[in-house]
Amino acid sequence: MTDATVATAPPAKAATPTRSALADIWRQFRAHRGGVVGLIVFTFIVLAVFVGPYIHRVAPNAINIRDKNQWPSLAHPFGTDNLGKDMLAQVLAGGRISLAVGITAMLLALFLGTLVGVVSGYIRRLDGPLMRITDLFLALPLLPLLLVILMLFRDTLRAAFGPETGIFILIVFVIGITSWMHTARIVRGDVLAVKSQEFILAAKSSGMREYRIILKHILPNVLSSIMVSATLGIASAIITESALSFLGLGFPSDFPTWGRLLFDGANFLQLTPSRVLWPGLAISATVLSVNYMGDAIRDALDPRALKH
Amino acid sequence: MKNLKLLLAGTVAALAFAGSAAYAAPGTDGDLKILFWQAVSTMNPYLSGGTKEVYASSMVIEPLARYDEKGGLVPTLVTEIPTVENGGVAKDLMSMTWKIKPGVKWSDGTPFTADDVIFTWKYCIAPDGGCAQAAQYEGVKSVEAPDPQTVKITFTEPKPYPYSAFVGAQSPVIQKKQFENCVGAKAPGCTSANFGPIGTGPFVVKEFKPNDVITLTANTNYRDTAKPAFASVTLKGGGDAASAARAVLETGEYDYAWNMQVEPEILAKMVAAGKGKLVTSFGTQVERINLNHYNADPSLGAKRSTKDAGPHPSLSDPAVRRALSLAIDRDIIVEAGYGAAGKATCNIVPAPAAVASTKNDSWCLKQDLVAANKLLDDAGWKKGPDGIRAKNGVKLSYLYATSTNSVRQATQELVKDMWSQIGVGAELRNASASVFFGGDPASPDTFQKFYADVEMYTNNFDGTDPEKYLAEWLCDKVPSPANGWQGQNIPRYCNPAYDKLVGELSKTAELDKRAALAKQLNDMLTEEGAHIPLVHRGSVSSHSLKLAGVKMNAWDSELWNVADWSRAK
Repeated sequence: MTDATVATAPPAKAATPTRSALADIWRQFRAHRGGVVGLIVFTFIVLAVFVGPYIHRVAPNAINIRDKNQWPSLAHPFGTDNLGKDMLAQVLAGGRISLAVGITAMLLALFLGTLVGVVSGYIRRLDGPLMRITDLFLALPLLPLLLVILMLFRDTLRAAFGPETGIFILIVFVIGITSWMHTARIVRGDVLAVKSQEFILAAKSSGMREYRIILKHILPNVLSSIMVSATLGIASAIITESALSFLGLGFPSDFPTWGRLLFDGANFLQLTPSRVLWPGLAISATVLSVNYMGDAIRDALDPRALKH
Repeated sequence: MKNLKLLLAGTVAALAFAGSAAYAAPGTDGDLKILFWQAVSTMNPYLSGGTKEVYASSMVIEPLARYDEKGGLVPTLVTEIPTVENGGVAKDLMSMTWKIKPGVKWSDGTPFTADDVIFTWKYCIAPDGGCAQAAQYEGVKSVEAPDPQTVKITFTEPKPYPYSAFVGAQSPVIQKKQFENCVGAKAPGCTSANFGPIGTGPFVVKEFKPNDVITLTANTNYRDTAKPAFASVTLKGGGDAASAARAVLETGEYDYAWNMQVEPEILAKMVAAGKGKLVTSFGTQVERINLNHYNADPSLGAKRSTKDAGPHPSLSDPAVRRALSLAIDRDIIVEAGYGAAGKATCNIVPAPAAVASTKNDSWCLKQDLVAANKLLDDAGWKKGPDGIRAKNGVKLSYLYATSTNSVRQATQELVKDMWSQIGVGAELRNASASVFFGGDPASPDTFQKFYADVEMYTNNFDGTDPEKYLAEWLCDKVPSPANGWQGQNIPRYCNPAYDKLVGELSKTAELDKRAALAKQLNDMLTEEGAHIPLVHRGSVSSHSLKLAGVKMNAWDSELWNVADWSRAK
């Protein structure tokens, strides 16, 4: 019962200026040390990846066979690969792709998952069918599905958007539509819990339209779980893309992504360990920092925590 | 005390005796573990031209004669190699006679007869059979059996080099009884026969999991009762070249791994672990880039890369084909990916020395970007704002396919970089080796279908005579849906003059003239740009130091003498 009274707190707060709510959240976020470290690391990676190429001005795919298999040096801070390509430039270029794939695929999955979750949680008639569709997607074997999709649409998309954009769209789409189910499940559960509470009943009896109830009352209350699945989604999208590249299904082989760099470098682990170290570290650091940020955001958005 | 000594001595003597007896008996050396990183999809080489299938099946089914590690012919199921001198080959070169060894039995215990040999020929030439080794039986008019131990092959025209049908791992003899109902269109449907052929070889298939593991046991009816030394063979497929090399050279989990297409610096590091060694043999393998002579535009759907699609919009221009070859620095490709296991080449027939041409080495072996650029300028291909040349809206930008392998991907990148310097763009694509070489007619990514503008892989020929190999570029060997994509003329090259010259080669008897013709044909293919030969590759395999008897053979199946392999003592 205490839960219910606590949960009614945010709508009451919503009346106060949004600025202070945001400040509250920020204050809570800062209290989570892991989250702050995660934010710093993630910001650093994003900055490095997007600004870095302007500082380290070496083309990622410039081949220089005479400089192959070099250990880190001033000219090549991360060393070179077996064709003499600069690893730092490749890790930076790869990061742009991997992050773009991760974030876009996550947004797509998040949109689909939230939509399905909220609709099936709020509208009882659609709950059964939507959840069965979710089951269906959960039951689909991911890899054969990816193979079929890539085979069917690769040439069409390649013709329409060119090889790189075409594959980007395909990969984002494929990852997006195969990873929304967990978000949908979690959101549905939360919506069901929130829906039965008194403030929703109050909103309904005051004549508020259904879609406004969803937008104004339901969504803010399930936001914390959405944010958590969002952060987890980035991580899993980056890892799925790595797996696809690893299988040779992703981008063309001369198109660096973190997964591809890791795959290519694996054979050279004993010879030039930095080829595996840096992309691996970049993937781990991104995934970890994003997860910690997710943790902190969840804590910050938790109405019970806001009470203090 | 004395008694005890005597007893001990007796035991030792008995043990020693038992030991020496066991040494001569077959099946005492346990399990032989072989790793093929391209998994084997069938044990019937007549249904798949893939090297892996041919090699794997060579442990089970055998030809009448095969090539040894030096490229010489050795009799397998026959008493001797027929020649004109011993009367085995007719003076007019129109027929030859093989004498089958007496007492050879199939693994099911039934006798091996000339009937089986005749059946094998009929099986491969049956219409709608899609026989992948049809080139081996080119020019064979009839195969007859004057008696059960004699096979007489009659040719349509004089055959100066008659050792093609039933010679080498690509044309082994299959059992008539087993395959009788599998002729023609029914061939691919006979799964149990194709997966477990009854043979005369040292091993018998016990269990076959397509594209995975094959378990074989020693053939109890093998003609040499003292062989094979191993009781069983486990042939594991799949993975990649580097992990296969590691499993043999570094961890010692496997005894033998085939086709070490791994960067030389990595192999050197692995060999240093001291568990195994590399064996290399230069045969006739050439890594080449095939240039598609037909249009491969995806918008053409199922028609692409067939005659109906029409000629390729840019690769049909001889200047483009020549320029693509001129732009490549083969030495760099060898250095980056092959090391001691490769040599730059401009020939599709790189060996033996008697038939290896040097005519095109002067212009082709050296990278010449200036000449390549000039050639394209003169042909009217102008550089656009993106640096890619184009003419009449056709861009010199190619889809470049190959199998997934780090050396091939590195080569792709190097070639892309070299081509970019003459204003030619490339989009790289790679498919898993099991798919690329799998020959599945339903997959769009096989090398036979060639749904790309250029594609790169290695091929070779068995034995020392290139006639049947050069016959692969005949107009009627172009793969198409009509022949189940089984033709061997992958670049879809078609030149009536070439066809005529191949016909001439098959009629020529004198060795010198044959060599001259073979060189001429080889030069024609290089000059006209049917393909771009890149690297003459040595076959590199690795075997454990605990395995004895391996004789690396580049002229036939690498497993040609698997019956003689044993555990190193």
